[in-house]
Amino acid sequence: MEPIKLQTPLTVEDTARLRAGQTCLLSGIIYTARDSAHKRLVEMLEKGEKLPFDPQGQLIYYVGPCPAPPGRVIGSAGPTTSTRMDIYTPAMLAAGVRGVIGKGDRSQEVVQALMQHKAVYFGAIGGAGALIAKSIVQAEVVAFPDLGPEAVHRLQVKEMPVVVVIDSLGQNFYTLGRAEYSKR
Amino acid sequence: MRIKAEKISAAVAQLCIEANRMLPDDVCAALAKAAETEESPVGRQMLSSLMENARIARTEQMPICQDTGMAVVFVELGQELKVEGDLYEAINAGVAKGYTDGYLRKSVVRHPLDRVNTGDNTPAIVHLRLVPGNKMRITVAPKGFGSENMGGLAMLKPAQGRKGVVDFVTSVVEAAGANPCPPIIVGVGLGGTMEYATYLAKRALLREVGTPAANPLDRELEIELEREINKLGIGPQGFGGTVTTFAVHVESYPTHIAGLPVAVNINCHAARHKEIVLEGEEE
Repeated sequence: MEPIKLQTPLTVEDTARLRAGQTCLLSGIIYTARDSAHKRLVEMLEKGEKLPFDPQGQLIYYVGPCPAPPGRVIGSAGPTTSTRMDIYTPAMLAAGVRGVIGKGDRSQEVVQALMQHKAVYFGAIGGAGALIAKSIVQAEVVAFPDLGPEAVHRLQVKEMPVVVVIDSLGQNFYTLGRAEYSKR
Repeated sequence: MRIKAEKISAAVAQLCIEANRMLPDDVCAALAKAAETEESPVGRQMLSSLMENARIARTEQMPICQDTGMAVVFVELGQELKVEGDLYEAINAGVAKGYTDGYLRKSVVRHPLDRVNTGDNTPAIVHLRLVPGNKMRITVAPKGFGSENMGGLAMLKPAQGRKGVVDFVTSVVEAAGANPCPPIIVGVGLGGTMEYATYLAKRALLREVGTPAANPLDRELEIELEREINKLGIGPQGFGGTVTTFAVHVESYPTHIAGLPVAVNINCHAARHKEIVLEGEEE
């Protein structure tokens, strides 16, 4: 099956038609955040403060990249385990974020929030950081530089490969895939 | 015989960089074999991406994974070799240099609760063992926490026996699901005490992928566990498939009449480890 090409920011129409198991190629701007950055971002939302970037229609990529070697825009940059961000994700989706990118399963609360906001959880290839870095054409830190690898980066990506893991109907590709091959 | 701390630091720095960039040949071979046997088309596609990733990392001097890990360093020190300087400081200096010079990610925080990054990926975890002779073997095994977080320990009752061990290990892998980036290598430590079982599970991950355990009881357990785990259907990246694990490695040790400790340490496909044997100089 041909991968679906997506250009960020995404509209509700873009994400609502995606289905678990589909392969997509993402292009445009995405923002990075993992544990510590999420904690700060959600605290800002709770205080009614403005986020360091406009979250409307944006995608958050759970990644803490390696430093950029000379002549490169970024080091290896594969996904980190998403479940650690579960407690923050509903607030981020409510703020306008249209999708998140990581690896591994999500809580029931996140699935509910994805359905409510017609948002999508994408899986990037865990352990393929060097390969994924090739689809990142620009990178800059836009918030929390003191967090080092956990700082919020603004990434420009070109045809970054991802898989729809949980779609806006709440269908989960991990569950579907495992059921097909389980012999227990 | 003696060895200078600086020599140890330089070796550790080099090992940190190489381990993070070069996926070992045994793992590359296991990936290629998995790509042949995996039944799921999506699974095969994921395995081929991991092989492509390893190729890029090797040829373009990039880390295999952005989680370049906490540096776990195994040292076998010949008891006739005298270290000039502080061995632990020498290892940490090497880790700091390797992670800085190699553009590796600094992933260590100074305290589990205040979580301030130490900035140079130190301190390392050092497992020191004295052995006969006058040489020093250093193995650097950077360990990412996507897989490290998914391990587990159980103090089983002796009556639970082999079935109890199989059920526990399988349940740990099942609960881990897609999180540790399958296909995985499963290290199992059996026996000893609580902390020794976890050490054995870690050490089991250093073994060349698929090399059978020496003890026949351990070997039988490895075969059964590999079969049971691959029946789970988790598959590459957790997208469903027949290859969830490449290999299960069991290391055992005598234990107490009242206990059956079993520890599981999971490694993602990036089973990084690189070793060197250093020789001393005449005093």
